Amino acid sequence: MDNAVASNNTNAESAATPLVAMKDISISFGGIHAVDKASCELYPGEVVGLLGHNGAGKSTLIKILSGAYTRDSGSIYVDGEEATITNPRQAKEYGIETIYQTLALADNVDAAANLYLGREILTRWGTLDDAAMEAETRKVMNRLNPNFTRFKDPVKQLSGGQRQSVAIARAIHFNARILIMDEPTAALGPAETEQVGQLIHQLKGDGIGIFLISHDIHDVFDLADRVVVMKNGAVVGSAKTQDVTKDEVLGMIILGKCPPGAIRGPGALAE
Amino acid sequence: MSEQKNDYKESVFVRFLRATEIDTRLLGMIGALILIWLGFHFYGHFVNGYGAFLTPRNLWNLSVQTSSIAVMATGMVLVIVTRHIDLSVGSLLGFTAMIMGVVQVWVLPQFLGLGHPAIWIITVCVGVAFGALIGAFQGFLIAYLSIPAFIVTLGGLLIWRGASYLVARGETISPVDQTFSLIGGGPYGTIGATGSWILGIVLCVAILFMLVSGRRQRLRFGFPTRPMWAELLIGGVGMAFVLGAVMVMNAYPWPKGIIKRYAAENNIEIPDGGIFISHGFAFPILIAIAVGIAMTFLATRTRFGRYVFAIGGNPEAAELAGINTKKMTMLIFALMGALTGIAAVIASARLKSATLALGQFDELYVIAAAVIGGTSFAGGIGTIYGAILGALVMQSLQSGMVLIGFDSAIQQMVVGGVLVLAVFLDNLYRRNSA
Ligand SMILES: Nc1ncnc2c1ncn2[C@@H]1O[C@H](COP(=O)(O)OP(=O)(O)OP(=O)(O)O)[C@@H](O)[C@H]1O
Ligand SMILES: [Mg+2]
Repeated sequence: MDNAVASNNTNAESAATPLVAMKDISISFGGIHAVDKASCELYPGEVVGLLGHNGAGKSTLIKILSGAYTRDSGSIYVDGEEATITNPRQAKEYGIETIYQTLALADNVDAAANLYLGREILTRWGTLDDAAMEAETRKVMNRLNPNFTRFKDPVKQLSGGQRQSVAIARAIHFNARILIMDEPTAALGPAETEQVGQLIHQLKGDGIGIFLISHDIHDVFDLADRVVVMKNGAVVGSAKTQDVTKDEVLGMIILGKCPPGAIRGPGALAE
Repeated sequence: MSEQKNDYKESVFVRFLRATEIDTRLLGMIGALILIWLGFHFYGHFVNGYGAFLTPRNLWNLSVQTSSIAVMATGMVLVIVTRHIDLSVGSLLGFTAMIMGVVQVWVLPQFLGLGHPAIWIITVCVGVAFGALIGAFQGFLIAYLSIPAFIVTLGGLLIWRGASYLVARGETISPVDQTFSLIGGGPYGTIGATGSWILGIVLCVAILFMLVSGRRQRLRFGFPTRPMWAELLIGGVGMAFVLGAVMVMNAYPWPKGIIKRYAAENNIEIPDGGIFISHGFAFPILIAIAVGIAMTFLATRTRFGRYVFAIGGNPEAAELAGINTKKMTMLIFALMGALTGIAAVIASARLKSATLALGQFDELYVIAAAVIGGTSFAGGIGTIYGAILGALVMQSLQSGMVLIGFDSAIQQMVVGGVLVLAVFLDNLYRRNSA
């Protein structure tokens, strides 16, 4: 297995230990192998685009990393050391933050309560410091989405894009080292999407590793250093974005055909 | 909110609501309560020739009768907010009362001697701990073994009622400890006129303190605040309500017989006009107020409360945010059990005994109080003050119908109808406000 990891990285990064390495991860729900012996890694300051058709297993794979699901088999390494991740709390302790495809917001409470859910700011008497949380939230949201003003309303009453902004704010606010973004811009307008693009560049510069799941292949080519393509739960292959064309990646997604510029995975079509 | 520009013309009322940040549901409930009270009073006045509802005596009784349901309703809010239900509270109340009866009537006097001052303290502690333990056990089954709360507590409804029969073979255990019985109210179980005034003033100071510190908090971060007149109005109405309640409670004198006995025991000469000794606030209502304040604090100012509402709004999101939802569920049911223990103390002290029927059907009143108070079965929505007002509405209906002489068959039907109507109105309200 170690050979496979090394061969994946023929560039300058090969010297560094990956921030995260997932090896032979499998999980099934009932009879469905949602993820089947999938492996991939993420280096500091790197954006990895995770691609695949609907139901390919992308969300499931990253939910294993974020502790939402417990894998059936396989292992996860953080900074080269085997990590125990069986619930979201443990993942957060490793600095793994996630923007879920479903956003995972508590609809009935306001933006600040969602942003700080599970990590509330307390007063010195141990009570909730709502004013401090609201003040911080105003700051973060201002950076992300300057038009956002509805700080007092339950997030249920916000638009899809505004909700997405809250979910993004929550993931980036707590000094994540590893950021997982499951279709973070699906509901955003062009200006806000641009904002998230800039944010990704900035986070990358800070040395944060990012898994970016998106169906927009142009976005992925703009933002990602590498792509990992999944099909039917298995990894078709991975490639640096400069080594493959968009058409080749589409071929990987749709047909599972691994182009010459990519490293074959167990899910690739036999040649 | 208040920073928004009003381009369109708003009615005075809407502006008033916005400035004071009072929620319309609270106003609606208070309005309904006033209607019920006036309705019963004037029905009595015109039909029976005597309006008995709006009298100090009835209002005092109402406060005592509401207490035990109100205490449990505050816990039921948290249970329902997290999308669960607890059908076992009535039976658990009966069982806990029975256990406390055994402890204070059969067990403790043997070791401490009859009337020992520690008896009531030990009994209350045993009752609350016992309730919490059973609540935690039910919560464990719900959270960790994934048995639906409806089933677990339906089982509890039958099991604990049966168990309380087994404890004393259906016998009534009485009389309870003298001091313990004071917790149930009655002429001696009150804090009197002076005590009530002191309490009233303390509460007024607390209201002022909360308004001032809330305003200071918002100013600290430069957030918009309520206009000054709105702050003054809220403070004024709050304090007027507290002091009004003190006056009503103090306007209900001890009955003549009690005064005569009290005077004889204390060698007091009764003057010609008789003496006026006020009841003041009764212990049960004091306990209910204390529980209401503590539970409001818990629900709105602590992490625990924040998590309760987050779980109710989206259990999956709460889990993903790192909240231990299973542990929370167990704790919520343990808390419900502890509150049921407190309610059992009030109910059995008031009755001065533990009977097999104690707490029967209470689960329905408690759930109804929470729901009338705006707690939503869809989860994530509910307030403690709403549930307490809901309990007051339920008890007002019940006592009002007794006062004007409706028979119990009609009483049940009215209460049932009101429950359904309340939820219907609530749906209408939500649809219009969302
Ligand atoms: N909790 C679950 N229970 C049962 N099956 C599940 C569950 N979660 C995912 N699956 C199944 O696992 C497979 C992979 O789903 P997943 O959500 O990971 O796909 P995806 O690649 O994220 O797709 P999309 O692009 O539509 O978001 C699907 O067949 C799905 O039906
Ligand atoms: Mg997905």
